[in-house]
Amino acid sequence: MKSRDLAYVALFAAITAVLGLLPAVPVPGIPVPITAQTLGVMLAGSVLGARRGGLALLTFLVVVAAGLPLLSGGRGGLGVFVGPSAGYLYSWPIAAFVIGFLTQLTWRRFNLAWAMVANLVGGVAVIYALGIPFTSIYGDVSLTAAATGSLSFIPGDLVKAGIASVVAVAVHKAYPVIELPRRRPAAG
Amino acid sequence: MREVAHDYGERAVLRDVSLTLAEHRVGVVGANGSGKSTFARLLNGLVVPTSGTVLVDGLDTRTQLREVRRRVGFVFQDPDAQIVHPTVAEDVEFGLTNLGVPPQERARRVEEVLVRYGLAGHRDHPAHLLSGGQKQLLAIAGVLVMGPQRVVFDEPTTLLDLANTRRVARVIDELEHDVVVVTHQLDLLAGFDRVLVFDDGRVAADGTPAETVRWYVDRMS
Amino acid sequence: MTAALYVPGAGPVHRAPAGLKLGLLAALAVGLFVADRLEVVAGALAGVLLIGLGVARLPGRALLAQVRPVWPWLLALLAFHLVFTGWHTGTVVVLRLLALVTAAAVVTATTRVTALVAVVEWLARPLAVFGVRPARIGLVIAMTLRFIPLIAERAQRIREAQAARGADGFRFQALVPLLIQVLRLAHTLGEALDARGADAPAPSPRRAGASAP
Repeated sequence: MKSRDLAYVALFAAITAVLGLLPAVPVPGIPVPITAQTLGVMLAGSVLGARRGGLALLTFLVVVAAGLPLLSGGRGGLGVFVGPSAGYLYSWPIAAFVIGFLTQLTWRRFNLAWAMVANLVGGVAVIYALGIPFTSIYGDVSLTAAATGSLSFIPGDLVKAGIASVVAVAVHKAYPVIELPRRRPAAG
Repeated sequence: MREVAHDYGERAVLRDVSLTLAEHRVGVVGANGSGKSTFARLLNGLVVPTSGTVLVDGLDTRTQLREVRRRVGFVFQDPDAQIVHPTVAEDVEFGLTNLGVPPQERARRVEEVLVRYGLAGHRDHPAHLLSGGQKQLLAIAGVLVMGPQRVVFDEPTTLLDLANTRRVARVIDELEHDVVVVTHQLDLLAGFDRVLVFDDGRVAADGTPAETVRWYVDRMS
Repeated sequence: MTAALYVPGAGPVHRAPAGLKLGLLAALAVGLFVADRLEVVAGALAGVLLIGLGVARLPGRALLAQVRPVWPWLLALLAFHLVFTGWHTGTVVVLRLLALVTAAAVVTATTRVTALVAVVEWLARPLAVFGVRPARIGLVIAMTLRFIPLIAERAQRIREAQAARGADGFRFQALVPLLIQVLRLAHTLGEALDARGADAPAPSPRRAGASAP
């Protein structure tokens, strides 16, 4: 990895942290207030691509685990990694990686539609696919029960996927960070 | 520097620049996009030319990058884009760690530059709480602590107010190092030995500050 | 900078090596899942509280603050089990989670951030086989902490600029200029890392040769 990539990784770890500082926004018609933090997951994947996006979220989790209260609501420390909702946290680096992977896959014809696909698959489906079974095993409850509990978060996640997609497309037009392979032998 | 050209994709930013810089203090001026920033980056290998060769003390920036970087320090326009660590002393120490300097000597050298640049009282402070001028001094300290022989400054005062501009100018004036200063602030170059004017990727004028700065100002007006 | 959850102290729990504490926490997590008995999980919780409040002398507030976010989950789990499986399973599940989360809170409160980062670097050593340089983990974390206040500050500036032109409140459109601005900043920071020798440990001739035309 080039030094620049390390800086990008740190940048999106920090962006995820800053998004967690924003207060949760109540949205009419949606039962739970929306927190902005998973927007960081989506943006990291769609702006940086698979590898750097995944590492950015991994870095974020390491910083949280090390004891900085950077999760939304000022949470942090090791407790959140052994709590019943820890599966959602663990899913973040994977989600960012998947979003980045899908973004790179569709890079040549990247547009709002593809960005939405990447963010819905990686940023919503992957997160629930890991978070729900974790809660189910951990809390000794059925999958259905664990899934029902998280239903109320879905509308907010859809809104975030939309925002992330619009932002990703605009950022890529102005400042593309993902480079297509080839052209040059990989430096560094 | 011989026959150096550089382009980013389609856009040529430097065309056939051939120069030898031997003077103690060299200034570089030119409009935005004239190629002066790329020129500065060529001098310590941050940018490797698409064609031609850049030699620093006979060392090729392409093949002897590490040694070139060791000799040529680089100070950026925006200190926020240069300060790596969250606290002041840690950041100054960063370059020394990269050089493999042993911890005790690191501590001694960090202390020395912190005192010299009036940052000793801020040793463990978060870098983001420093003023703009202090941040730029921290950036300069972080470069000088590594003991380069030459220092390239890329618009070091563009983001500073008048008082801090003077402070940084004085720091540059007092350096024994050979310096190359890219700037829009022409008065910074008053005592310089040589000034280059860049225009559209070429050296349009080259001479003493008096000659070149007048030429530049005339052309721009 | 956001304050860490570390609570200064000098007792044996504070002095214990961070790696050991993390190892014990992991062992506890596995152990509590194997043991399904009420006495065991209740005993574990009591033990953890004894270590945290008694030996490490942490203020109850510090632990409570970290356990509080888990409350809604615990209540929901308890309710579920009372309805579907009975009070015994419910109590075991809830006490087990409470013990684990409290233990984790004790480790967090008694271990410095730098010590935990050092453990992460140590754990990452085997990854050197894949070309990962563990020392760079510390560097990336340092840059993350450096970036957080910087991004917050730039976000504030963009918000002011937009307010000056009549747009009130935070709009997600502000994210685009913000991201472009901080991406540029990160790009230059990458250059600054190179200029200050961050890539020096790498064999430089091969590197430079690779980026030649």
